[in-house]
Amino acid sequence: MTESPLNVSLATSPRRSIATTNAPRRDRRFLGDHGVAGYLFLSPFLIVTTLFFLFPHGWAAVLAFYQTSGPDSRVFVGLSNFKFILSDADFYTAMKNTAVFAVASVFLQLPLSLGLAMLLNAKNSRTKNLFRLVIFLPNLVGQVFVGVLFSILFTPTYGLFNRLLATLTGFGLEQRWLDDPALVMPAVIIASLWLYVGFNMIYFLAALQNVDQGLIEAARIDGAGPIRTFWTVTVPAIVPVATFVVVTSTIGSFQLFELPYTLLQEHGGGFGPKNSGLTIVGYLYQYAFRNGDLGTGAAVGWVLTLVILVVSLVQIRASKLFGSHT
Amino acid sequence: MNALHYLLLGLLAIFITLVVVRPRIGWAFGRWTALVCVAVVMLLPFVWLVCAAFKDKDVLNEYAFLPPLSAISSKTINLDNFRTLFAPQETTQGPVGFWRYIANSLFLASTTTFVSLLLCSMGGYALAKFRFRGKGFLLTYMLASMAVPGVALLAPNFAVIYHLGWMDSYKAILIPTAVTAFGIFLFRQAMNAVPDELIEAGRIDGCSEWRIYYQLAMPLVRPMSGEFCLIAFLGAWNSYLAPNVFLQTQAKLTLPVVLNQFMGVYDRQYGVFLAGTLLAVLPPAVLFLALQREFISGLTSGAVKQ
Repeated sequence: MTESPLNVSLATSPRRSIATTNAPRRDRRFLGDHGVAGYLFLSPFLIVTTLFFLFPHGWAAVLAFYQTSGPDSRVFVGLSNFKFILSDADFYTAMKNTAVFAVASVFLQLPLSLGLAMLLNAKNSRTKNLFRLVIFLPNLVGQVFVGVLFSILFTPTYGLFNRLLATLTGFGLEQRWLDDPALVMPAVIIASLWLYVGFNMIYFLAALQNVDQGLIEAARIDGAGPIRTFWTVTVPAIVPVATFVVVTSTIGSFQLFELPYTLLQEHGGGFGPKNSGLTIVGYLYQYAFRNGDLGTGAAVGWVLTLVILVVSLVQIRASKLFGSHT
Repeated sequence: MNALHYLLLGLLAIFITLVVVRPRIGWAFGRWTALVCVAVVMLLPFVWLVCAAFKDKDVLNEYAFLPPLSAISSKTINLDNFRTLFAPQETTQGPVGFWRYIANSLFLASTTTFVSLLLCSMGGYALAKFRFRGKGFLLTYMLASMAVPGVALLAPNFAVIYHLGWMDSYKAILIPTAVTAFGIFLFRQAMNAVPDELIEAGRIDGCSEWRIYYQLAMPLVRPMSGEFCLIAFLGAWNSYLAPNVFLQTQAKLTLPVVLNQFMGVYDRQYGVFLAGTLLAVLPPAVLFLALQREFISGLTSGAVKQ
């Protein structure tokens, strides 16, 4: 009675019948019985992402072409928001500062992170976890607290940073880091080094621990020195993670705001003397929330997204070239 | 020349001698010394923060860390900073005590953590264990949405929140961050490891889909839940931009916003404001020390194939 056609066909040509009758049936059952459940489980995400991601994106596209003062009044102005930004000297200052920070992240912070990871990666290191924990510790406190803390560490004469610098080198005790336009970005970079070195080190360390020890051993037996082994075995093995870290820290750099804003709260209202610590997001914040011009804010948001997109694509492409050559 | 110079030069001399005489031990020594130096640099600001919070305002600038033993008394080391900090502050909207801000931050961070743990794990479960139309598209969409910088949406999001009437309300901070693509991806990865047979068995025994998720799948992804709670709590606790933009009433503000305000208020006696910073740093530190193993493996799980 309940002998299904499935069993008959199984007897004749088992493989084919499983492929043709069983798989679609299974699919249909999933869709029929549990399909709605899938949507229900995801409904909170769908609602939130529609309201606070998709819709704002559409709105940003519209807002960027309006002059607004506060969220209620707006006038269509065409491309003049973009024209204004691209002719605004402050925007270029913000771009320059952000780019300086991004370059420092990639060429100063990441090599330091990699170096620390390599120091930690040696075998038989029981204290590895302890060091890893200590170096990672600043990440718990976040940009705002680091900004707040370092604004006092950088105090002339009494600040810990100046005291240490003076003890080590004999000068720098009176240095006014946060009042000198030339020293504001270095101060931001020093604070960010303290904050992020441990964070990226964790990624490099995880990558290094996945490098095939057999390959390293083989290279050593073939007579390659430590430096040669590093470039020919270790580097190619960690390129994927390195790409990930470079791209994420560049994206992070372009979104830098809270650290300089809190660090410089008492120096130029969060942006440093002569806007020397102004970042792109700071510029956006300035227009959208201090001046209430959400239109210009939205336009800056678009420019920022575009810049990040281009830079990340270039980096991913470059790492592929690099990876294929080594 | 001072003591620090002698110490560093001494270490360098030992290192060079060892490298020449016994290279193996020499390099190990160098590695250790370098790591210890870095660890000291990472810890110094924290040590300094703790010392500064307990120093009296008269000696705050006199000593880099603590006063020498002979000078330690209730006049140099005391709780004055904390007393000033917790005294209710007169604001334009009536007096507000520092307890209030701590309570606000704790409330917001723990609510965000709880809600997003629930909603992200639900989403991750659905993506890992259900088949439904549009799943592939949704996955691509979520990946793309993670690549778009969140701050670019700050201005239009402000308009959305304003028109929803959520200004100066915790809804504006809680709801937009209640469920994130990143969190769903983390849980999808963990839920993939839950055996299908277990879920089938639950269905055959007549469990509702909700009970299968809640009573069968969730207990199996407990390690990921631990990691996720930490990440979510830290993110919410340290969040500055959203509370700063959306909240207006002084008594509703959170610690990061208030500490930033205090920098102006306690300009002359920053010990008070460092005492506040110390208190603000404590909860994440305690949580992290309790769960650090899970946290670090969670961080790298997305980037490194184990």
